[in-house]
Amino acid sequence: MATIHEVRGVPDREIRPPGPQRTLLAQDRRLGYWLVTPAIVLLLAITAYPLVYNIWNSFRYVTPDNPVVNGKAAGLANYRRMFGQYSGFQTALLHTVIFTVVSVAIEVAVGLVLALALNKPFRGRGLVRAAVFIPWAVPTVVSAEVWKEMFDPQQGFVDYALKLLHLPGSTTSWLANTDTSWVALFVADAWKNTPFVAIILIGGLQVIPGEIYEAARIDGASAWRQFRRLTLPLLKPALMVALIFRTLSAFLVFDVVYIMSNGGPGTSTTTLAYLDFNDFHVNNDYGLGGALSLVLIVMCLLVAAAYTRIFRERS
Amino acid sequence: MSTLTVTHDGRPAQFAVPRRRAPKPSAIARTVLILLFVLASLFPFYWIVITSVKTNSDLARGTHSLLPTSFSWSAYKADFAQYDYWRNVLNSAIVALSTTVITIVVGSAAGYALARTKMRGRPVLLGFILVAGFFPVMAMVGPLFLTFTNIHVIDNFLTLIVSYLVYTLPIAIWFLANFFSQIPIEIEEAAVCDGLTRLRALFRVIVPVAMPGVLTAAILSFILAWNDFTFALSFMQTPSKYTAPLAINNLGHSQYQVFPNMIDAAVVVVTIPIALLVLAAQRRIVSGFTSGSTK
Repeated sequence: MATIHEVRGVPDREIRPPGPQRTLLAQDRRLGYWLVTPAIVLLLAITAYPLVYNIWNSFRYVTPDNPVVNGKAAGLANYRRMFGQYSGFQTALLHTVIFTVVSVAIEVAVGLVLALALNKPFRGRGLVRAAVFIPWAVPTVVSAEVWKEMFDPQQGFVDYALKLLHLPGSTTSWLANTDTSWVALFVADAWKNTPFVAIILIGGLQVIPGEIYEAARIDGASAWRQFRRLTLPLLKPALMVALIFRTLSAFLVFDVVYIMSNGGPGTSTTTLAYLDFNDFHVNNDYGLGGALSLVLIVMCLLVAAAYTRIFRERS
Repeated sequence: MSTLTVTHDGRPAQFAVPRRRAPKPSAIARTVLILLFVLASLFPFYWIVITSVKTNSDLARGTHSLLPTSFSWSAYKADFAQYDYWRNVLNSAIVALSTTVITIVVGSAAGYALARTKMRGRPVLLGFILVAGFFPVMAMVGPLFLTFTNIHVIDNFLTLIVSYLVYTLPIAIWFLANFFSQIPIEIEEAAVCDGLTRLRALFRVIVPVAMPGVLTAAILSFILAWNDFTFALSFMQTPSKYTAPLAINNLGHSQYQVFPNMIDAAVVVVTIPIALLVLAAQRRIVSGFTSGSTK
């Protein structure tokens, strides 16, 4: 991120041809404003506007299916309903936290191993990297459909492989059971997102200068010690980026759940984002959905703030 | 990478064991590990491909085998001819390419402004773009849906394209601002001295030099837009306007039966362009994600 600050140091007089200083500076600034405006306007229109509109909605009844109260002020009623007993919020929150913790842990651990394995040069490294990055680059609908089918008891590979290896569980209908459907979701999510963590970490490994390892080796540090004392601390910024990205997107997981398990069986894999989608697209209860959206955003902010804090304290 | 560092046994280079000797156990372990990763990444695709070319009768028998048991294009034909899947692929292409073009034009302009002009408020703008990049979009799909419904732009490609900018613009602006700032200032100086206006210099001189960076930003934007499911699910209502990922979710499911070969054929079609893109641009993708995040 430092490069952006370096940008500020560009001596602008070098760009400008000789001429009246003030008008040229004004011209330069005006050009900057013109060029940056479209991007800022677009981003504000799709982030700030819906956000403000949503805050307003969360304190009203916005229920086209119920014209009696539609549009009336609701006070905190939406929030009370959301945290209430019948909304499914508590269960969905638990599911979301479990999903986030487990999938992020798997992805960061395996992603670190993958990044270390793919960092040193070897013959065919480009091809290998491309091969393991492909699952990240394909649409979620692909990873979800692929693993839905791999776990299918009729057409799938998982049960077939278990049978071939004479292992237990070869007749499991993975997505039809409350516990095993989580396994399918974790595998599908990890398969797609582990390469993403690896990409970020490879970038972090690339900027670590090789000479410090040479120095450590001359000092007789073992490979493990080098990893613990050099690689891991120096990789911290990249790890933090990967962790924040993955945690925030796992916390808002929707598409893979929608496609693979549809929140079920029952509500056993319903997450908060899934609940939010239902409020908006199934129940047409935009006030309630708005309240949930807002709570989700606040939770994401808290998670991001917590990460920043932890990493700042440690370093 | 200097040759000094590649000695596998940790000795200083001049004492290194010649490379032709039997490989070290750690090197073998690493190779096996890498092969396992490659297998885990690619095997599911292999399974999908062989299922996509199975006949319906073969699937009904429920035969399992690691090798293809039958070969037929019937699932592909059914997807394209019967269910007009080509239209969904075309929709995806239109939407993803438009998103990419808009991202590049708007993102280059903003990136240039932030990198090379002396405008005021730059830290605030950069901060805003960074926050927008981390914006929890998935929590905002509902509110966006409501906003678009109120202004009657639901079920519209343009709505989808504008929504994707929330993913693509922040990352493109950060990446391009970094890239522009690394181009030697003298190039632009010379162009301006030759009598070009700033804007002309930008498009005639800077953009061509920045082509590698622009291409990386374009590839990332295309992948992000091509892959979306949730926005399309929320904003598109007419099946003929569905993008390919959304169509896949409905393909091959009749009322009584699921046809995995049809789903898989559609999955293969939507995957091929992405796989080719990653093969061609693996290095660019890594650099795109790492600049701006870990420097």
